[in-house]
Amino acid sequence: MEKSQRPLSPHLQIYRPQLTSVLSITHRASGIALVLGTLVLVYWLLAAASGAEAYSSAQQLLGSWLGRILMLGFSFALFFHLCNGIRHLFWDAGLGFELKTAYASGKAVVAVSVIMTVLAWVLAYAMRGGG
Amino acid sequence: MKFRTPLGRVRGLGSAKSGTHHWWMQRLTAIALVPLSLWFVASLIIVVTAEHALVVAWLHSPLVAILCCALIVAIFYHGQLGLQVVVEDYVHTEWLKVASLVVMKLLCLLLATACLFAVLSIAFRS
Repeated sequence: MEKSQRPLSPHLQIYRPQLTSVLSITHRASGIALVLGTLVLVYWLLAAASGAEAYSSAQQLLGSWLGRILMLGFSFALFFHLCNGIRHLFWDAGLGFELKTAYASGKAVVAVSVIMTVLAWVLAYAMRGGG
Repeated sequence: MKFRTPLGRVRGLGSAKSGTHHWWMQRLTAIALVPLSLWFVASLIIVVTAEHALVVAWLHSPLVAILCCALIVAIFYHGQLGLQVVVEDYVHTEWLKVASLVVMKLLCLLLATACLFAVLSIAFRS
């Protein structure tokens, strides 16, 4: 295609980041992270299918500090993508496009996904008995 | 060719009525993933720290195995649709775009199959 000399619309970095735009790109980023996170799911399931020994070494790896930080990241990405995805589904139904509603739902998504992440980890640690 | 009218040339080449298929399947899998992923995370909280025997017993239940398989199909279907849009947005060289899509989609298929195999091999264990 021939390069045209027409002016381009300003690039993304020209605009001041807003909650709506930040959540939009975070939705995409968390989606990519979650696809990468499926590698952990594949590993964990295959380890469980291979036997007790493979499973316990997988548990050891995922239960290490690095593993836990990784799982914390994945769990937040999951809850965020889930909540913001529901927000998107409402938009698909034509609901919540007013600026005020869009900001309110955005704030709700951030709050709920943080609460769900904390709750999930508190419950997981409680089930484990603190360890 | 030049004897054909413009209308005759394009007839049958137009919309395959699949224009919204990507969008629709993304939403469909998203809706499925809302309850499925919540169920999976809730189950993981109980199961993930447990012994191997408990995980095996959990996946041995037909309901759990079926829901897990549905989750796996929905995850990878949804994931590859999402990554497809990312690739189409950022990769502008045609051959590289097509190559990335082929590799990405085949990898998703492979990973999904591996997950399904793992779940079923536990579920069908006697």
